[in-house]
Amino acid sequence: MSLFRPFAAQVGAETYMTLRRGETLLLTVGIPVAFLVFFSTSHVVSTGPGPAVSFYVPGILALAIMSTAMVSLGIATGFERGYGVLKRLGSTPLGRPRLLGAKITTVFFVEVVQAAILVPVGYALGWHPGHGHAGAGAADALAAAVLATVAFGGIGLFLAGVLRAEVNLAAANGLYLVLLLLGGMVVPVAKLPGALAGVARGLPAAALSEALHAALGTGGPVPDAAWVTLGAWAIGSSVLSTLTFRWE
Amino acid sequence: MRADGLPPPHGRAAPAVPVVRCDDLVVRYGSRTAVDRVSFAAGRGEVLCILGPNGAGKTSTVECLEGYRRPAAGVVRVLGLDPVADHGSVVSQIGVMLQHGGVYPMLPPRRALRLFASYYDNPEDPEVLLDLVRLRPVARTPWRRLSGGEQARLSLALALVGRPDVLLLDEPTAGVDPEGRLAVRELIRAARDRGACVLLTTHELNEAERLADRVLVLARGSVVAEGSPASLMGEPRAAREVAFGAPPGLDLQGLRSVIGRGVTVTEEEPGRYRVEATVFPEAVTGETVAPDFTPGALAAAVTSWLAERDVAFRDLRVGRSLEDAYLDVLRSHDEATDLDGRSRR
Repeated sequence: MSLFRPFAAQVGAETYMTLRRGETLLLTVGIPVAFLVFFSTSHVVSTGPGPAVSFYVPGILALAIMSTAMVSLGIATGFERGYGVLKRLGSTPLGRPRLLGAKITTVFFVEVVQAAILVPVGYALGWHPGHGHAGAGAADALAAAVLATVAFGGIGLFLAGVLRAEVNLAAANGLYLVLLLLGGMVVPVAKLPGALAGVARGLPAAALSEALHAALGTGGPVPDAAWVTLGAWAIGSSVLSTLTFRWE
Repeated sequence: MRADGLPPPHGRAAPAVPVVRCDDLVVRYGSRTAVDRVSFAAGRGEVLCILGPNGAGKTSTVECLEGYRRPAAGVVRVLGLDPVADHGSVVSQIGVMLQHGGVYPMLPPRRALRLFASYYDNPEDPEVLLDLVRLRPVARTPWRRLSGGEQARLSLALALVGRPDVLLLDEPTAGVDPEGRLAVRELIRAARDRGACVLLTTHELNEAERLADRVLVLARGSVVAEGSPASLMGEPRAAREVAFGAPPGLDLQGLRSVIGRGVTVTEEEPGRYRVEATVFPEAVTGETVAPDFTPGALAAAVTSWLAERDVAFRDLRVGRSLEDAYLDVLRSHDEATDLDGRSRR
């Protein structure tokens, strides 16, 4: 049996479905582009020194990663579980590792598409990435994106694996809103009230946006705390989702 | 089956070797026993229908064969393999149709078939299957917008795409229109004719009567009857029942007096009549059946009586249907378990 053919076909089907779902496109492309343009040009939030766009490109890229890896993946998987799709796949030779691998690959595909749209929009709004070490910045950004994808994917699959599809839909959207506001994506974490800022810094959303702000904005090194937080969430949420996921 | 429990070498399986086998299968959900020591076997080129009321344990039994459920006790084998322990080997040789859903709501039939075809080494051509299940006109319509019958036919096509040796179909005709049922029956027969072992659950007694080589009736988790549809319905030569549909409220006393003694005539439900020769001369006198009690004579007497009175009748049936036999089996099983319960007290 070819190992790759089912995997490639699965990635193809998952990508087709992801890009055909209107609500998913709104979430993964429409809202991030709209937020990037709106917040970069309207100055409703004070983002500190420098043009607003240099805060919002990394922030909205973080939002885009969260939208795809947590919300889009989680909601779709929840409904597939509800419709018996995952159960039916369990009696085919596809197997769980390849199904999971295909889902993760699809998430990365969509993230590349998101970046390919958001970065040019950022340039058009006057964004200049990093100061100086652009190469190191890009590598850090990529590493943070991968860690965050695993962390958010684990959270999305955890919810999808234990909640009913409709409840999961509400929970994923609610969590999205909370992490959007506390995640340093549209409002800098430093602007949050003290106690809230402390909580926010422990969440994967703020850790990701902090890493991206450093890697793509200021050009400074990514704080160790952000790596630790992202790494801990990546390990914790994937272990948790693996232990709790129900296929039926 | 070899004594070591291994499947026979490929291609040398004797026809008598069961492809699917349950021995004293027990399935429990918490303290409730859903399947209680069920045993049966099915071979190549055979359609076995599992019948039974809701909650009889049909789906639980099939799901053990599919590897979804681990038996609490007993042995389950598919092609000589354990569906749970040897899941990887079993899934490439079985085709499954779940009772509900199982297909991506967004995916149109052609894409779904191509996707599932990619899972198997030697799949059926998706384009050929599209024609076989008559889904070409909706090949690009997402699953969620297909009719119930179209969804069922796609599910069946997805079960067939890997050219399985074993088809496990949970209520394949539920919610399917008559035309779709015909297509489903044809596909199941074709799979059987190329040597597949087909196991299906159904509530549709008509489907089972037309399709099954063998029938297994489950009630409250136990096998209460097993055999060919003909053996359950009784031999045609011995059929001494005639049923027909006619306007309600016929003068049955008149019909009784025409046909003679030893015959009961009842209106089972408004407009549905049954004539039964209940007392046979052979049972009373030891002689052969009197000519006026043969199935043909009984039917002739009924139809001429109806014709004389110019009664419009339809659905004349000589002998029992599988549904009659099935209901009798369940009724006598219920009585037996009631008696059993009483005697224990």
